[in-house]
Amino acid sequence: MITELEMGKGESELELGLGLSLGGGTGAKIGGKSGGGAWGERGRLLTAKDFPSVGSKRAADSSSHAGSSPPRSSSQVVGWPPIGSHRMNSLVNNQATKSAREEEEAGKKKVNDDHQQPKDVTKKVNGKVQLGFIKVNMDGVAIGRKVDLNAHSSYENLAQTLEDMFFRTNPGTIGLTGQFTKPLRLLDGSSEFVLTYEDKEGDWMLVGDVPWRMFITSVKRLRVMKTSEANGLAARHQEPKERQRNQPA
Amino acid sequence: MALRLPSKVLKHILSFIDSNEDRNSVSLVCKSWFETERKTRKRVFVGNCYAVTPAAVARRFPAMRSLTLKGKPHFADYNLVPDGWGGYACPWIESMAAKSPYLEEIRLKRMVVTDDCLERIAASFKNFKVLVLTSCEGFSTDGIAAIASTCRNLRVLELRECIVEDLGGDWLSYFPETSTSLVSLDFSCLDSEVKISDLERLVSRSPNLKSLKLNPAVTLDGLVSILRRAPQLTELGTGSFAAELKPEAFTKLSKAFSNCKQLQSLSGLWDVLPEYLPALYSVCPGLTSLNLSYATVRMPDLVELLRRCSKLQKLWVMDLIEDKGLEAVASYCKELRELRVFPSEPDLDATNIPVTEQGLVYVSKGCRKLESVLYFCVQFTNAALITIARKRPNLKCFRLCVIEPFAPDYKTNEPLDKGFKAIAEGCKDLRRLSVSGLLSDKAFKYIGKHAKKVRMLSIAFAGDSDLMLHHLLSGCESLKKLEIRDCPFGDTALLENAAKLETMRSLWMSSCFVSFGACKLLSQKMPRLNVEVIDEHPPKTRPESSPVERIYIYRTVAGPRMDTPEFVWTLHKNPEIGVSKLAIK
Repeated sequence: MITELEMGKGESELELGLGLSLGGGTGAKIGGKSGGGAWGERGRLLTAKDFPSVGSKRAADSSSHAGSSPPRSSSQVVGWPPIGSHRMNSLVNNQATKSAREEEEAGKKKVNDDHQQPKDVTKKVNGKVQLGFIKVNMDGVAIGRKVDLNAHSSYENLAQTLEDMFFRTNPGTIGLTGQFTKPLRLLDGSSEFVLTYEDKEGDWMLVGDVPWRMFITSVKRLRVMKTSEANGLAARHQEPKERQRNQPA
Repeated sequence: MALRLPSKVLKHILSFIDSNEDRNSVSLVCKSWFETERKTRKRVFVGNCYAVTPAAVARRFPAMRSLTLKGKPHFADYNLVPDGWGGYACPWIESMAAKSPYLEEIRLKRMVVTDDCLERIAASFKNFKVLVLTSCEGFSTDGIAAIASTCRNLRVLELRECIVEDLGGDWLSYFPETSTSLVSLDFSCLDSEVKISDLERLVSRSPNLKSLKLNPAVTLDGLVSILRRAPQLTELGTGSFAAELKPEAFTKLSKAFSNCKQLQSLSGLWDVLPEYLPALYSVCPGLTSLNLSYATVRMPDLVELLRRCSKLQKLWVMDLIEDKGLEAVASYCKELRELRVFPSEPDLDATNIPVTEQGLVYVSKGCRKLESVLYFCVQFTNAALITIARKRPNLKCFRLCVIEPFAPDYKTNEPLDKGFKAIAEGCKDLRRLSVSGLLSDKAFKYIGKHAKKVRMLSIAFAGDSDLMLHHLLSGCESLKKLEIRDCPFGDTALLENAAKLETMRSLWMSSCFVSFGACKLLSQKMPRLNVEVIDEHPPKTRPESSPVERIYIYRTVAGPRMDTPEFVWTLHKNPEIGVSKLAIK
């Protein structure tokens, strides 16, 4: 059996370096005391403070999400609680059923245009199309992510999640681009990235052109594209965009 | 005097040995036993598809009739393994097609399977009988159609929780027009509708069909029609129960179920309305397995159902069962061996707590045969864990998921160390353990000391330091799979216990503090390990002391793999080469 301790001694340079970066708490000695030390700058481990106990989190959430957004699902921490994706999708669909039924009861009188929408939602929810996690890729980032559409109620909501996912270092996970950048505006074309999506017909479109409900029934996957590359898309859809702006609200 | 068994005799003896663990031991005795064993092994299990090459497996086991393969690490189920990581079935299928044409059964778990792959299976194995794909992805219903139409002797086709590109329900019509040899069909994970007439005809011409799991698109009417044609079913997964309540529908359903006198296992039940549950009452007394984990039914309807299931051995249910429902299970379901309680709300901060530790305590007290537990709840206590351990020392699998990370014993505010100590000490046959809640290094000291038979251990948000990992790696003798996320260590412990890793199938660590330098060191010292760094940023661009996002370490005789995507670095054992991508594409 290899004497593991000898390994460490041979590479003392490396070991010293490791010890330093880990901060005071975790020493290189196995016999040493344990204790949570200071962590390096690069990524911060989730600690109990990131999970205030049951009850208070609701309060925190409602202050940060103005308006009636549905409670965020555990997509805040990737893969927690450890529920398989099939089951997770089913849970989220159940929530959609609940809120759809509540909405139907709440808003009996609908404008003609909107008349379609409650039906759409219930049709979806009766098992035909299972929404849930869809893939999101970003230009220049190899690892794709998944985002849960059912946990979002609007484009702003979705953009916020994506910005958190790709641009900000969430506690516990190293931001996928490793940068601390200023808040992006993925939706208004003012940043170097735009949000696009592939619809059921395989076309790539700019996100934001259609009403949210219609968007979630037709989106297959998302892509955060460099604005420079998205110019073609923007141009093609300028007309519909103009048309939409001129329509009465 | 040398005693040698003639190989004929040895062959005969070995024909009684099914367990691969035993066969592995047999093959280590001497060369001739190795040879005889390998030539007679029919069922081959490869727990990590990258641990060995397909060619080596085919060469070693010429009599192979059944192959089981596992690909991605378990944490892939929770989206922790990025898409494109690997786990491709094709190289295996290609190799087997060429070298093991008599293969009859293929079971794949967490692998990427393409339509080409499925077509290859259909074309290459003349006597193909069994295809089971669990948590697989990468194929469409076209591939399934190929299997259905070409494999004339197909007995089992099961798609369990796969991600399938669903191009419609036509695939069902591709089964042979004459009678089929189907024994089991599971398409519960598919989305789109299948034609009921196709399904009816298939069932009618499959006299051996015993297990049928429908997808949610099959309506209640469809279900009734199927049950009428297949009253011999022993396992049934229903479609969706979402339908308007009609008295005739209820009567028809009731009657259909009462004719299924051999039904032992029931699942599906999506959107089941409580008013329909009584239709199931007639089959309850015979049920040994009931999966209500997709049924949003509440109390007391659940109890009305469960109190009739006196033979139940396996129960999967949502936390809507509440503690009082579990109390009822404890008193009615005395044969229970396996209990899984899943959360009904995906949110971390659900304020209504339907089940508490008390529910599991009830079941532990009342169900003497209980040996496997998966339990999600918001918080727990040491006292409950101690009681459970005392009452159920026969536990083999204990997976507790306290949903709130770092949640201490909510009555005493202490870590759950004492509780898990009791479990490790008391349940001497424990083979699988998942821990959660607030845990200090001490908990792991106890686990390392007592959990001598644990083979798979899952840990999240726990521990204080490298000591934790050290306790586990140096203590748990039978450890084969260790998966850890968000814990505060572990260069030192990893390097100190490097040799242990070669005795294990794999180690997964994500969002821990393993540095790139340690990974390099480890791979240099341990050439028979593949040390995979899964990280967005090329590790070379950062200081060696900086932590990597994810590592996956596994023993292998196949060397570093050639199919890694750009975000996976398999560290080469040659220090000069350093990080090798082996991108000879």
